[in-house]
Amino acid sequence: MTGYRVMDGGAGPQAVGIESQLKVQDLNARYVETIDEGRFEDWPDLFMEHCKYRITTAENVEQGLPLSIIYATSRAMLRDRVKALREANVYEAQRYRHVLGPSRLEPAEGGSVGARTNFMVARVMHTGDTALFATGRYLDRVVLAGGAALFAEKTVILDSRQIDTLLAIPL
Amino acid sequence: MNIHERSWPTEGLTRIPYWIYADRELYAEEQARIFRGDAWTFLCLEAELPRPETFRTSNLGDMPVVVTRDRDGKIHAFENRCAHRGSLLCLKQRGEAREIVCVYHNWTYDLAGKLTGVAFRRGVGGKGGMPADCKPDQHGPRQLRVEVLAGLVFATAGQKAPPIEQYLGPEIVTKIRRVMKAPVKLLGGYSQILPGNWKLYMENVKDSYHASLLHMFFTTFRLNRLSQRGGLVVSEDGGNHISYSMSADVAGKEYEQAGMRTAQSGYSLEAPELLQNVDEFGDGVGIQILSVFPGFVLQQIRNSLAVRRVVPRSLERTELVWTCFGYADDDDAMTELRLRQANLIGPSGFISMEDGAATGFVQRGIRGADDEESVVEMGGSGTSSEESRVSEAAVRGFWKAYRRHMDM
Repeated sequence: MTGYRVMDGGAGPQAVGIESQLKVQDLNARYVETIDEGRFEDWPDLFMEHCKYRITTAENVEQGLPLSIIYATSRAMLRDRVKALREANVYEAQRYRHVLGPSRLEPAEGGSVGARTNFMVARVMHTGDTALFATGRYLDRVVLAGGAALFAEKTVILDSRQIDTLLAIPL
Repeated sequence: MNIHERSWPTEGLTRIPYWIYADRELYAEEQARIFRGDAWTFLCLEAELPRPETFRTSNLGDMPVVVTRDRDGKIHAFENRCAHRGSLLCLKQRGEAREIVCVYHNWTYDLAGKLTGVAFRRGVGGKGGMPADCKPDQHGPRQLRVEVLAGLVFATAGQKAPPIEQYLGPEIVTKIRRVMKAPVKLLGGYSQILPGNWKLYMENVKDSYHASLLHMFFTTFRLNRLSQRGGLVVSEDGGNHISYSMSADVAGKEYEQAGMRTAQSGYSLEAPELLQNVDEFGDGVGIQILSVFPGFVLQQIRNSLAVRRVVPRSLERTELVWTCFGYADDDDAMTELRLRQANLIGPSGFISMEDGAATGFVQRGIRGADDEESVVEMGGSGTSSEESRVSEAAVRGFWKAYRRHMDM
């Protein structure tokens, strides 16, 4: 529930400015483009050095259970994940196509912005087999500083508890 | 096809015929003879029924099952099927209940699965209702024998299954107790849908030979090299196994010298805290994988503890249900350590993501090989325990148990 708590912590009646909204939207657009185009090496750079990235299921969140499918607490851990994908792990060639819904934004702690965004991801195998692979929502906390927007936290909450075969490429 | 028209290769346990993963009638036969027969199936952790009057749903192979803890704390398991029209009784994964009520026609059951009420049994206003001599409880959900061992709930539908400890064998019981040494705390779970026959996953679990060859992460970080000290234990009846390795590093160069793909790159972690761990069992064993026929796995990978349930969904589709846990007295730092090490396991696990796919590679590879067979001769032809993990003894053990249950 970390994502909720973080965002609700600083939430007030004030709205997030239009410029910030565009930056957050742009960050998520670049995020999915980086993954969908297979530029995994660029993916950690969208996060702060000290960040939190995790993938979990709605079932775990609803039960208040902390387990993640992927859990990283720094940009270095994200880079390790990419290195493992490139050099160590064995999986059939595949790519994703993300489709995002509109983000709902609210002010969060320390002047950061909380964002909730629905997503759907199709997985396209090298054989051509294409299937709906995952649906869910992103609970993000984005820090806007010096013109750049970076994820301080990104929690990917999958609607389903079932993963088909494996989840190699991050969502 | 009748399974008796098929015959096992004359070489015995060193040859596995490929039709064994691809025959629809055989799949149905396995459900009856193994899962609804005299095998014991793991249903859930006792901790998943945290209080009296709670339930969760599980499976005995294909058969849906309800597991309950009654008002007195006793655990029961029964078929998740109403005596009336066969509807599922419990639709949810878990919950609280004083009684079980079928949503279809409101027939009610107690938490032991006994039919306690039939709606409008005597009709309404003297009309309708059921004849007095009708005995619907004779069609009630199948009651299962339940045994709880060190916080693990097992059940069998068979009358002839030996008590659970006898079924497991003394070495397996000892190593179960080693991991289930204290009350557990649930950390969460997920499921992996495997594109292969259930037996392919169980073979994969029992195959200590593949671990450091398929999973490069293991090898390069010296988490598990076959040259590391460890061993393989196979129960007397073949069906249950333990593979373990010590966490101490061994500076051997066997993999590099043999030119193994998994040892070729100089791989290092930027954030080595991923692998931080403590020797919480005090015996230096870094990895212990334990399996019980037909479909249960208990895992200790450093401080990552989990149970895995192998649920056949169809001939070529298997659900692998993971439940991760720690101990009730873990502090926050210990929980954080376990959560971080959970990166090693599951569908995204650095050292386990390949396993699900590997079952699919075999299932797809054998489509035209109904009359061929695989060669399982690493470590000879036996099924006994040994020090070397360059062995397929536990895989052969699986087939020994399988053939006995299937009378094949």
